[in-house]
Amino acid sequence: MERNDPRSRSDAYGSRINRSHSPIIANAVPWISIVIGSILPIFAIAAALPMVPPLGLLMLLAWRLVRPGLLPVWAGMPLGLVDDLYSGQPFGFAIFTWSLIMIAIELIESRLPWRAFWQDWFSAGILILSYLLAGWLLSGGQPNVHSLVALVPQLVFTILLFPIAARIVAMLDRFRLHRWKAV
Amino acid sequence: MAPTGSRRSGYSRRAQYNLFTGYVIAGVGALIGATLLVLSFFQPHLFGGLRGAAQDGVSPATETAATVRTGSKGFWDTVSGYYRAGSKNAELKREMEIARIRLAEAEAVKQENARLKGLLDLQDDERKPVVVARLVGSSASSSRRFAYLGAGLNDGVSVGMPVRSPRGVVGRILEAGGDSSRVLLLTDSESVLPVRRAKDEVVAFAEGRGDGLLRIRLINLGINPLEPGDVFVTSGAGGYYPPGIAVAILTETTDDGGLARIVSDPAATDFVSVEPIFEPEAALGATTPVERELSE
Repeated sequence: MERNDPRSRSDAYGSRINRSHSPIIANAVPWISIVIGSILPIFAIAAALPMVPPLGLLMLLAWRLVRPGLLPVWAGMPLGLVDDLYSGQPFGFAIFTWSLIMIAIELIESRLPWRAFWQDWFSAGILILSYLLAGWLLSGGQPNVHSLVALVPQLVFTILLFPIAARIVAMLDRFRLHRWKAV
Repeated sequence: MAPTGSRRSGYSRRAQYNLFTGYVIAGVGALIGATLLVLSFFQPHLFGGLRGAAQDGVSPATETAATVRTGSKGFWDTVSGYYRAGSKNAELKREMEIARIRLAEAEAVKQENARLKGLLDLQDDERKPVVVARLVGSSASSSRRFAYLGAGLNDGVSVGMPVRSPRGVVGRILEAGGDSSRVLLLTDSESVLPVRRAKDEVVAFAEGRGDGLLRIRLINLGINPLEPGDVFVTSGAGGYYPPGIAVAILTETTDDGGLARIVSDPAATDFVSVEPIFEPEAALGATTPVERELSE
């Protein structure tokens, strides 16, 4: 049978015979990718405007919306704690907002159980908009019109990046569920 | 995406409790976050140690990235330098001749200065930087403007020290960790710096607007004497910055001052030097509202 089709005993996640998922990779990949997303923006140059999208939040939204049921409702707290260490916002901001975002998505999901991708993108867009506005209001500095205008490019970038983040999450999900372990 | 069954607990007590606990933990998490947020509004430095440790943890990676970034920038500068090299060369030669003349004039002024200072018996000792380090990162996704410096308490850096590049003021140290520290950039909306116009004694405050520009607010109101192109330098008031370092160039005048661009763009700087606080006693004793704003 293998002679006719070498992939006959395997699927998208590798061989189905003699192989199994690695529980460590399967559980750790979402968390690690979100933490990496939180750390990445500090590598950017010290630009005059907040230009780099909040990649940690983007990854959290993508994991939660593309793979519902994987992250628990309370995941916003520990992941937000890590984000707070690197984001530059006052400490506690991401813990607070990410927890609220996770609860909000839970509510959206109970209202609209069957959703298409564009609906997910829409809700992610609304959440990103409110997150960035909250970040502007609660930055610890004096919120003024100029810094609000300066927020617009970042907002547009972030919303446009969501489909790419969703693709990356789908890719990471395939990696996560690949059968690495030989049994 | 199809709904996952995990939210419907059915008759299983265990599943019901798990689900309920999840919601409770999420709610408690949001409450904890709100409490920490309120705490850090009133005590901004409370979590500085934690952040410093986290920053130290990634500093090998950020240092490497900063080195590579500067290296690649230098490479592009070299490549673009070859483009229209001939006309540039001629232009530079002309500028060079004028600069030589100006240098000779400056030499004369310097001598005269030394003579006058000698008459007045003023001390003029050389100020040595505490440390020279790279700006390794920034809070690029936040609406606050912070940069991270690759030197910390172990290198003698302490909170309040001014940070400058060869071109001008970059900001000041806000939090210092072991091997890294956080710099409040001039463009941050909480940054206020006393400045004066370079050619005369018009004093003003340079406040960050949060969008890359500085707002110059004159102290003496009346007819606005500013013109686009005016250069502002530190006045030395407040005791943190030594006087006479370039800060900003005015681009636009308003009723009470103007808008200015910073001279030393942190994105374009490679190495910066951290200098000791100019007058520690003055900085400590200053209790004006400006200094209170600066201390965040």
